[in-house]
Parts: sequence; structure tokens; C-alpha cells
Amino acid sequence: MTTEHATTADTTAAEATAAAASAGAAGGAGSPAPLLIRGGRPYGEDAQDVLLVAGRIAAIGTDLDAPEGTDVIDADGCIVLPGLVDLHTHLREPGGEEAETVESGTRAAARGGFTAVHAMANTTPVADTAGVVEQVARRGDSAGWCSVRPVGAVTVGLAGERLAELDAMANSRAKVRVFSDDGKCVHDPVLMRRALEYVKSFDGVIAQHAQDPRLTEGAQMHEGVVSAELGLAGWPAVAEESIIARDVLLAQHVGSRLHVCHLSTAGSVDIIRWAKQRGIEVTAEVTPHHLLLTDENVRQFDAVFKVNPPLRTAEDVQAVRDGLADGTIDIVATDHAPHPRDAKDREWDQAAMGMTGLETALALVQLTMVDEGRLSWRDVARVMSEKPAQIGRDEDQGQALAPGSPAHVLVWDPRPVRIADPDQHASLSRNSPFAGLELPGLNRLTVLAGRPTVRDGEVVER
Amino acid sequence: MKHFITIADLSRDEALEVLATAEHMAQTQSRSIRKLPTLVGTTVVNLFFEDSTRTRISFEAAAKRLSADVINFSAKGSSLSKGESLKDTALTLQAMGADAVVVRSGSSGAAHLLAHAGWIEQPIINAGDGAHEHPTQAMLDAFTMRRHLRPGDPTADLAGMHVVIVGDILHSRVARSNVLLLTLLGARVTLVAPPALVPVGASAWPCEISYDLDQALATGPDAVMMLRVQSERMVGGGFFPTVGEYSRRYGLSTARAATLPEHTLVMHPGPMNRGLEIAGAVADSPRSVIVEQVASGVFVRMAVLFHLLATDAREAPRDH
Repeated sequence: MTTEHATTADTTAAEATAAAASAGAAGGAGSPAPLLIRGGRPYGEDAQDVLLVAGRIAAIGTDLDAPEGTDVIDADGCIVLPGLVDLHTHLREPGGEEAETVESGTRAAARGGFTAVHAMANTTPVADTAGVVEQVARRGDSAGWCSVRPVGAVTVGLAGERLAELDAMANSRAKVRVFSDDGKCVHDPVLMRRALEYVKSFDGVIAQHAQDPRLTEGAQMHEGVVSAELGLAGWPAVAEESIIARDVLLAQHVGSRLHVCHLSTAGSVDIIRWAKQRGIEVTAEVTPHHLLLTDENVRQFDAVFKVNPPLRTAEDVQAVRDGLADGTIDIVATDHAPHPRDAKDREWDQAAMGMTGLETALALVQLTMVDEGRLSWRDVARVMSEKPAQIGRDEDQGQALAPGSPAHVLVWDPRPVRIADPDQHASLSRNSPFAGLELPGLNRLTVLAGRPTVRDGEVVER
Repeated sequence: MKHFITIADLSRDEALEVLATAEHMAQTQSRSIRKLPTLVGTTVVNLFFEDSTRTRISFEAAAKRLSADVINFSAKGSSLSKGESLKDTALTLQAMGADAVVVRSGSSGAAHLLAHAGWIEQPIINAGDGAHEHPTQAMLDAFTMRRHLRPGDPTADLAGMHVVIVGDILHSRVARSNVLLLTLLGARVTLVAPPALVPVGASAWPCEISYDLDQALATGPDAVMMLRVQSERMVGGGFFPTVGEYSRRYGLSTARAATLPEHTLVMHPGPMNRGLEIAGAVADSPRSVIVEQVASGVFVRMAVLFHLLATDAREAPRDH
């Protein structure tokens, strides 16, 4: 874990050039050209130049000299952040390639400013063995758009009956640290306890999809005023909150790390706040869509708004924003859940649950939190890069913008405003609930290990 | 009116206009030749994803009495039972040249989706969507009530009337449409059900909610509408301990019916579970208008088809 955020304004241009030259000499033929990000604002603070050489941040300072052959990016007025890390992505491969592939999903991630994603386990076959997680990681490596960290299933086949071979996945080449049956809740309390205990030996974490299955049989949307009116079966807040309450107590009892996926209700925020006050080692995430949309969006029966957990009320949206602002909620994670058109072009109760989110995540966080004065850009770096990497125990990602750090960098221009258009997305799927909304910001540059993956919003083809 | 999807889309004037047209239709139906030429040459498709003999026949009779051609497209023995999607069905109907589609579905919002997804351009009539709405049922209920409670005044609303609706509110599209329509027309509505069968969030509805049938009946309502207990929708189960207990607490028994004022109507949208939510003797008693509701259904559906399809729908229907 990196705790220092000091940008080295005192680094001299000469030192930087020397570092660049030596790094350049050391770099092989495959090494990317040095990149100088000129005049951007690291963490949204004072303007500094950032020099990337041979896959690392070589220098940060004012008026840095560009070594010969350097690609200079004018970042005047732009925010410079560590590359974003998503702890909750559905890449759908293997088995769901009609909706997304590792290739298309990681391109989408890069367009969203991400340099790492954690690929959820609910694929076909399920990522519950070392073989599947290694395959997913390999696909990510060869696609090369961002780092792909597979999430392992907690239980065999996500069936909630017996533990998968968690240790084998942890010790595989994929080095899995996050385990989740996401899409399904590990609802058996004994199994959840055992999972929490088991992952302690390799510093893993259980990421729980908190949903009591009995309280949500046939559930279609948040249970409240709107569900009553629309005659859709309700998904009560208590079905999420009761599982979170149980799990934080279990985590306390066995002294384990718990991560709560896509927390969505005001009550859940209260429970996490209470647990943290008691010193329980719990982290929590909120999705961009739960920061903006509400159950009122369901009124047109457009299944693009169908998601699990469901869109909640305006009060819940306020509560998760408050929780994210005060640190109760640790991170924003997309729960990017692509679906083919046919899975959404249906009656509400027959449509699939989930929304795409990678390509709109930072815009949503800017819109709902930064532009509202609730988060600084330094906070954004914390909730979308540093903390998610820490929870996933990824020491290569989410590092401070400082000399020596890996060159995973995002240059975000917060000024442009554009109409969200899913047809322009790199994701294979179009189920974005933000279609037609005016969203702020443009991904000017995303750099993965020194190599640009995105420029001016478009992926850089190799 | 382009579609007839939900009561929430209607203004008070529009609702009264449909009821007025239904009165005209009713008058034409007492003649020796009941068939009107109004919709000659148009084709109405009854698209029924859910079994419903009663509603389908009612729509079919209504369309035929207006001289429309009717095509019935039901789940059993058709492509619908082979998993054809609503979208593909809609595209097919569009290609075949249907002039209007009457749709019944177990999915809340199906009619809305059909009307607004861009798959089909024709008028859509909601014949019941999941637990959402059943707007023509509410229209026929209001029509029936008005005839009895405001006799001789075919332009009246239901101001001052008190209607008690009893039973499985949670799963009832009939209750939702009736709450909206009856209150739109000025009536006061009380819903009576065991708490588990009242939707969480129903407190926002423009009606009162009671768990005590005897108390509600003691107010001397103008109409009591009993709902069918929809056991097939009871996902998760356990809404009430036994049928016997439900019937004792919420059934309209002969003894309970005897406490009602003489003018109080007893209604039921059908099909009834005799002996469960309503005693057979009450269903067959003089205050019961259950059979009349069926007749009203045809008039109201003729009126809805007329408003959506007739080229001269802006004028009163002509006598031919």
C-alpha cells in the first residue's frame, strides 16, 4: 500500500531527462516511446508535467524537458489520475460472447479510463477452477487493453452448496484474491462463515452479492411506491440489509475481510457505517447507476433500467452519495453487465438484469459527486483507483502518481459535455441506461504500462 | 386516445366520454339487429398470452358487433407457446395488417411495451397486464355502478359513492385500475385485505386501506367488489394460513351480506371461487350484479374500440 501522495515538484528537468535516457536505453524494442503529459493537473491540483518512460512514471514537475522521440500530450486544464481500477466487471467470456468478450470488454474499460478490471466469475463455465481463471487472465494479457484480474467463484458452479477450490485459484498464475458468487448471494450462513475464514490464509476477500434469496423470489424492482403502482414484484431493501448485517457480524466474529458489492440502500450505508465504527474490516462499493437513477426510471417498463440490486428511491441515492462522500462507501465499481439486445427487448419480468457502465463510470462520478462538490479529484483517485486495487491486493495498480510508480495513467478533460450514445460504445452490448443523457468529461488519454490505450476518447489500435 | 393502456392516462372527461359511448352502445344492443357497421373492414387481433376465456370472448363479441374481423391469437397451440417473443409477435401482426391489438399478458407493462417499443404502430388495448392494470374491467365496473347508483343519469360521475374492494389487492390489476378510475370519477374507495396482500407502497394510493372487512362493511358502502384469490400467483406462499381462515375473515358470507344496506351492490370481476371469497348465495342474490358486469363489458369494449378505431370517433356513434 502506498501512503505518500507527494508529487515531486522538486524533481529537476535534468534528472528527469537523465532518467528517461537511462530508462530508454534499458528498454527493448517493444518499449513504448516516452510520453510527456504537459500541463495537466495531477489529482485536479496544481498543474504539473508528468513524464512516462519505459512503463513507469519517470518524473513529475514543472517545465520538464521532453527527451528525444517523446510523445508530448497537451493536457492543459485536464485532470491527471492514476488509471482507474474496476473491482466489479462482467466480461462474459467464456460463454457469453454474444454480450461481451475479454477483448471488447477491456476495450470498453480502456475507453472508460480503466487500466484494470476484475472479471466476475459468473461465466459459462463458471470461474471456479484455476483453469478458468488462468484462461481469463491470459485472454486479458493478450488483449492488452487493461489488466484483467479474474474473480474466483466462492462456491462450485455458484450453486451456494460447497466451497470451490479457492486456494488453487489464489495460487494459480491468475493470483486470485477476490472471490464472489456475484449474481447470487452466498446465503447459507455457515458456508459464508467458512469462506470468510478460508481466504484468510492467502489474504483474500469475499465480495458478497447481498440478496436474501427467499425475500426476493421473483423480485423485479425495488419494493415501494412505484412497484405497488406498476404491479411488479418487489425487491425489498431489507433483503440486502439483512445479509449485510449478518455478514459484517460474521466477518467480525472470524476476523476476516468482507467486501460488499453494489450496496444500494440507505439502510445498508448505515450498517456499514456502524460496522466500521466497530472496527470490522469491511469495505463497500456503490455503482455509478445507483448514484443517479431511481425506481422512478422503471415507469416506462424499459428493461434497460432493470438491474440487480434494483434502482432504489431518491432517498437511497442521497444516502449512497453521502456514504461515498464520507468514506463509509470505499469505492465506486461499475457492475458493468452487458446483455445482447434480445435479452432486454422483452417484457420487464422476462428481461435480463444489468447495465453496461465501464464507458460512463467516471462521467457519472464527475456528474453526481465532483460537480456537486461532494468529492475532490483526489477522492476520485481514491475511490476509483487506489482503494479498489488495495481491496483486490493488486500492487501494480492504483499506485500514487509519483516517480517510480507504474505508468498506468488517465488524463481526463472534465470540460466537454456530450450526449451518451451506446451505439458509439466499444462494448458489444448497448444496454446503457444513460443513453441520451448529457454527460461531462472526455478521456483524453489512458496509458497502460506506458503505452497509450485511448486517445481523445478512442482506442489506439495497434 | 391512441391506445388504451392504463387508467392513469385518462382524464375525467375522457373516462366519462367512453362511458357515454358505452351507453350508446348498450342502447343499440337492445334492438333486434345488434350488429353495427362501424368497423367494417378493420381487423382486431386478440393477442392472449394468458388464458382468459371471459375477457377474450368479451372483446371478440364487442369487435364483431361493430363488424370488425377478429383474429384470436392465444398462447395454447400457437407460436406463443413455442417461446416466440412479444417483439416477434408484434412484428408479425404489424406485417399482417392488424388494425388494433388487444393484448393480455402475465407481464406487467406488456401492453405499454407493445404500444411504445416501436415494433407495431397500431392502437393497443390492454386486456390485463400482470398485476398492473386492467382498464376495460374498471370501465365496465364503473359503468355497471353508475347504472344502478345513478339511474337515469348517463352523464353522471360517481361523486359521493363509496366502494369497498376486498381481497388479493397485491396481485390484482383490477384493484389498481379501479382505484384510479373510481377516484377519478369522484368515488371514495376502501381496500380491504389481510396485510400481506396489500402492496408495500400502497399507502400512496388515493384510497383508504383497512384490514377489517366487518368494519368496512359497517360504513354502508354503495358497492362491495370481491376479488378472486389468485393462488397461482402466490410466489413464496404463506400469504394467509389457510383458505378457511381467509374465508372467515375476508369472505363475503351470507351473514355479512345481510348487514349491508339494501342498495349496496355486490360485484366480482370473475372468475369466482364460490365459497372462498364469496358465498354462492351472495353471488346469486338480487344485489349481485356480477352477471350484468359481463354484459357491461361488451358495451364498454365496443366503446373503447370505437374511440380508437372509428374514423368518426370524434362524433357520437350514429344509429344505423
